[in-house]
Amino acid sequence: MNVVVCVKQIPDPAEPGALDPTTKTLKRDGKLILDESDSYGVEMALQLVDTAGGGEVTLVSMAPNSEVGGLRTALAMGAAKAILVSDPALAGTDALGTAKVLANAVKRVEGADLILTATESSDGYTGTVPEQLAGLLDLPSITFAKHIEIADGTVKVQRQTEAGYDDVECPLPAVVSVTAGVVEPRYPSFKGIMAAKSKPVDEVTAADLGLDGSQVGWSGANQEIVNIEAAPAREAGEVFEDDGTAFEKIVSYLENLKVI
Amino acid sequence: MALSRIWVLAEASDGKVGTTTLELITKARELADTVEAVYSGADADAIAGELGAHGATKVYATGDLGGALVGVPVAAAIAAQIEGGNAPDAILFGTSYDGRDVSGRLSVKLDRTVISNNVDLEVDGDALVCTGQIFGGATDVKTKFTGTGPHLALVRPKSFAAEPSGGGAAAVETIAVPDTGAAGTARITNRFVEEREGPSLEDAAVVVSGGRGLGEAEKYALVEELAKLLGAAPGASRAIVDAGWVPYSYQVGQTGKVVKPAVYIAAGISGATQHMVGMKGSKNIIAINKDAEAPIFSVSDLGVVGDVHKVLPALIEALKARG
Repeated sequence: MNVVVCVKQIPDPAEPGALDPTTKTLKRDGKLILDESDSYGVEMALQLVDTAGGGEVTLVSMAPNSEVGGLRTALAMGAAKAILVSDPALAGTDALGTAKVLANAVKRVEGADLILTATESSDGYTGTVPEQLAGLLDLPSITFAKHIEIADGTVKVQRQTEAGYDDVECPLPAVVSVTAGVVEPRYPSFKGIMAAKSKPVDEVTAADLGLDGSQVGWSGANQEIVNIEAAPAREAGEVFEDDGTAFEKIVSYLENLKVI
Repeated sequence: MALSRIWVLAEASDGKVGTTTLELITKARELADTVEAVYSGADADAIAGELGAHGATKVYATGDLGGALVGVPVAAAIAAQIEGGNAPDAILFGTSYDGRDVSGRLSVKLDRTVISNNVDLEVDGDALVCTGQIFGGATDVKTKFTGTGPHLALVRPKSFAAEPSGGGAAAVETIAVPDTGAAGTARITNRFVEEREGPSLEDAAVVVSGGRGLGEAEKYALVEELAKLLGAAPGASRAIVDAGWVPYSYQVGQTGKVVKPAVYIAAGISGATQHMVGMKGSKNIIAINKDAEAPIFSVSDLGVVGDVHKVLPALIEALKARG
């Protein structure tokens, strides 16, 4: 059982985000970390390989400046190796272009039975990449998985729905996007962190993957940002310390609104 | 200047059209001369009246998909129409599970970008211009499609108000689903509905949500009890959904439901951008959190810096005492 996990390395969400004034894209030039949303896919992949009793987990990531910070975290969790696509030509790439990069990188992994992704990244959250990736690889896909089992070449998934969940299945190879909380991601052990330093990371460019400016980067995105402005701000109202009678204020507030 | 024709991916359950679908059809009337829907359920005839009453003149129906996940077959059916010369200027999708699947697959089929997370739409010349929000809704970004159409846009629920147009039932036209090969093999084998009491999160006039500040899963009962007393829907932050305290269907936020109730009560929720995106359109916001610096207080109308374990029980008792 060989599993590929697409992971994104993002600016620390605890830091305030910023836009690059020239390119109008999210600033991603500082240190990047593993998107927490992707830690679930990495853990799921490790568990599936473990259950199958053989195989390995390969990471695929696209990031600026040869960033490997987040990849090392996932390698420390137990992934065997990584492919990193890093290229200045990729700045401004849209979700479809990102999927093209990831799809071509995934094709470099021999014998992949399953490709896992998060449902969306925590910084860009377009939420379309998993399905675009599956489309480009011409594979079946099941999105929004909250539980995954593999048996006899079939992946069985509990897929989130508005009302609850659906049991959905398809034959492997397939692309599955996992929701946060599908498994509890492990913390890398000290041994894992040390081992990760020597695990192979194969760095490639867009050209290595056969992609050019008609497909990736700003020129391939088929869109232009025409305006950026602060959204109308909501004004903060009264904030007060509870002295044991806050409930009374809430009750009268609800009365004024005729909710009660 | 308006576009000539817009399609909206229609979603429905139990013969009732989804609210987001009606919101998109209503908005599309403003943007294009003709609005049509695409639908993949077996009951297109049953919903044609409601679609038409909101302004869709036609619904392209694939018919029953035999349990297939909708992404692959519906994208293939739409792409076949477009390749055959029946192409709209733009296609709108609600940000839903199936909306994201169909738009993603279709964008590959057509090799066209899809722009996500939109909260407003306008037309400039023959191009769709989308407004999205970043940084938890603090910044609006307007993006214009530059390539040839159809322009594909995913729109967040509750971005527009649904209003009837007074139109008659939409004409139902069956469209074929081409053979989708191995890619189209995902099948739904069973459906599970999680039982919920009271109003749905999307429709409730009052929503009471709990977060990590509740401390432990058992304390979510306080949220449920308060919600019941107020006839409200109980909701949750992502933190406690991920922790497994409540089902995902309770989640309010970027990855969960968007709510705009008359009153939103946030109990023990700090206000991560992930959560704020889903609730800051509420008319009135009451926040209870022990950290005076919590971001939730920057959007609340009434902010209580206090312990939810004291404030909620006192509030519940006071409401019970009123009968």
